[in-house]
Amino acid sequence: MTSWLLLAEAGASAAGTPEGGLFDLDATLPLMAVQVVLLTFILNSLFFRPVGRAVEDREGYIATSRAQAKEKLAQVERLEADLKEQLKDARLQTQKLIQEAEQESDKLYREAIGLAQAESNASRESARREIDSQRTAALGQIRGDADKLADQIVDRLLAAS
Amino acid sequence: MAPPIIPVLPLNLPLAELEVGKHLYWQLGNLKIHGQVFLSSWVVIGALLALVAIGTRKLERNPGGVQNLLELVWDYIRDISREQIGEKAYRDWLPFIGTLFLFIFVSNWGGALIPWKLIHLPSGELGAPTADINTTIALALLVSLAYFYAGLSRKGFRYFEYYVDPTPIMLPFKIIEDFTKPLSLSFRLFGNILADELVVAVLAFLVPLIVPLPAMFLGLFTSAIQALIFATLAANYIGEAVHEEHH
Repeated sequence: MTSWLLLAEAGASAAGTPEGGLFDLDATLPLMAVQVVLLTFILNSLFFRPVGRAVEDREGYIATSRAQAKEKLAQVERLEADLKEQLKDARLQTQKLIQEAEQESDKLYREAIGLAQAESNASRESARREIDSQRTAALGQIRGDADKLADQIVDRLLAAS
Repeated sequence: MAPPIIPVLPLNLPLAELEVGKHLYWQLGNLKIHGQVFLSSWVVIGALLALVAIGTRKLERNPGGVQNLLELVWDYIRDISREQIGEKAYRDWLPFIGTLFLFIFVSNWGGALIPWKLIHLPSGELGAPTADINTTIALALLVSLAYFYAGLSRKGFRYFEYYVDPTPIMLPFKIIEDFTKPLSLSFRLFGNILADELVVAVLAFLVPLIVPLPAMFLGLFTSAIQALIFATLAANYIGEAVHEEHH
């Protein structure tokens, strides 16, 4: 320990004479300062400025691309919601259309059935009426014929007697 | 006075000598500078610049390879400075904070990982540039200048309101703070790194195998933490200076 103190003292006392020592201050100090200042300027133009620009450019690029991507994502989400809404509407509409068409066809079916039934009823009715009239006509004719025959029979029998 | 040499072992093995406070002096006019500090700092700066140059050759939006690493580092530094300085002013100071962090971090790790001992200098030895008090004081004074400049340029003379906030009683303490800030910054870094290097060196001299490894890993951890602390505190001081009171 004492040797260190002695050393420091030696350095301090040697500062007057150019012999050296631990704390030997001389022109190294200002020259080193000048050297470091020069180094600062060189490193600034060679390192800090270009690399800083590169890094900050990249940060800006990333920020803008991120913002753009976010915007696009929002747009896509909006479009998706829009399309979903449209799809829902379309689904509802088709369902309604299908329902309507079913109802329509049902109605048409019923109408057609009703029409056909009415027609068949009518034709049956007319047929029956015709049959009836023909039967009455035939009956009338038969009755006439029968009267005629009976008259003839009576005539013959009266003539023969 | 002879440069102090600590004899680690009593028996004089050729390696058992640890040099502290010995420097490789270069004469620059009538100024003396520590050559070993500059040599290792050039290696550090060269490594940093090479890494940066490789990583930023072709910047792409999909980063790969070294660019990934650099962006990680950049992001880390941005987080430090944004958290400490605040959203409004951190951009101006990010390069300074980043340079401090990178320079200290690479210096510390370079000092611990590069086998400097293989290179022999006539005097002194290579190591982390941050293990020299000159470097750390230079960095700390730069931080002081930076936060004064930050405060004055952003708020003008209203910056000095900070000294009497919340009461004028704080004035002497805040003035003392201006001196303690660089002092603590520089000595914390210097002490930690030098101590780490010394511990590893001493252990390596005593038991050359395996035993120094935990100390080395601890040293790597400390080195990284010190870089983070220095950068965070520097950013914090600047943030304090530019902080706007919300009335």
